[in-house]
Amino acid sequence: MHGVNRRNFLKVAGFGGLVFASGLGGCASRAAKSEADEFYFVQLSDTHWGFQGAPNPDALVTLPKAVEAVNALDEQPDFIVFTGDLTHTTDDPAVRRKRLAEFKKIVGELKTKNLRLMPGEHDASLDRGEAYKEFFGAPNYSFDHKGVHFIALDNVSDPAGAIGGQQLEWLRADLAKQDKDSRIVVLTHRPLFPLYPQWDWATKDGDKALELLMPQRNVTVFYGHIHQEHHFKTAHIEHHSAKSLIFPLPAPGSQPKRAPLAWDPAQPYRGLGWREIEAADREYKIAEHPVVKA
Amino acid sequence: MRRRTLLLGALAAALNARAEPQVIRVEAVKFEFRPDRLELRAGVPVVLELTAREVAMGFSSPALGLHADLPEGKPVRIEFTPARPGEFEFVCDVFCGSGHEDMGGVIKVLA
Repeated sequence: MHGVNRRNFLKVAGFGGLVFASGLGGCASRAAKSEADEFYFVQLSDTHWGFQGAPNPDALVTLPKAVEAVNALDEQPDFIVFTGDLTHTTDDPAVRRKRLAEFKKIVGELKTKNLRLMPGEHDASLDRGEAYKEFFGAPNYSFDHKGVHFIALDNVSDPAGAIGGQQLEWLRADLAKQDKDSRIVVLTHRPLFPLYPQWDWATKDGDKALELLMPQRNVTVFYGHIHQEHHFKTAHIEHHSAKSLIFPLPAPGSQPKRAPLAWDPAQPYRGLGWREIEAADREYKIAEHPVVKA
Repeated sequence: MRRRTLLLGALAAALNARAEPQVIRVEAVKFEFRPDRLELRAGVPVVLELTAREVAMGFSSPALGLHADLPEGKPVRIEFTPARPGEFEFVCDVFCGSGHEDMGGVIKVLA
């Protein structure tokens, strides 16, 4: 699918329901974008391949079911992003590589072959991204797609959850090539703002990344890590977290510990899901989908 | 007599001010802090001496404004004076392994 219009998008997204629409305003000179600049992509996050435990007794089939659901879309997305925690952590480097290999094989079944991945702390924090890079290459990169500049930031290869000076310099240089009105989408794992540091839901030097992004007038961040939807604004920058595909976590600070929410046999996969994101002009529309249709 | 009492009081206060703060030793091991519940008094200075023996870890209590990276095997000291009573969470904020996300505790500050 290339150049999906909004009506088609809503139709595609119909069974999941349009739950969030993000209006980024925009100037008149860009208001009349052609449909050729409209597209949509899919975001999957926190698949935690290799997890075993009561919070998801169906862990072995959850990711394959999500792959099946994405493949069943009438029109395939331009690309698919995975915002980290592809695999569940292990102290054994051999098991880590086995899980990464299995994950790669499963997502290789996606019809859309343009995959944009990044690590989460479960993939990369114990070996500073060494195994991840063997399978998927650099954990930070940028690319352009139909008028939008995408930037993948790695805030997990440092186990302290920081982006680091070197990568921040790379970000500065990357942004320097962009016009201040460019449409920028940042993809990352942890929230760049201090969402709830008590549960380590933050990036140590996220403020420095946001400072670099501030002069850009059109910035939207899509991230994972917190296993639930969350929508927030820091100044004019929007931040949207995605659901997980393994287990949901509680709302920030809603209970003493950030323990996974219990699996409900009466409603399997409740709280899990993936999303479509439509980019049209300066709008991003998010449609949430469950793992399996009700 | 009254003057002597005042002088003694001032001396006691000075000695108290100079007294070394209590040192509380906390070990960070996979995947818990030992102890994981600390009781302190508001207004009384304290030193937390934190040691991660196995791998690098972190100690963070955002509500108390405390943070330290804990390199493997090297004790790290945090000196502070709790300002107000309450219960304040702390967590390990350096990803240290499969039980990292359960690693935390509470500092209870008494009035």
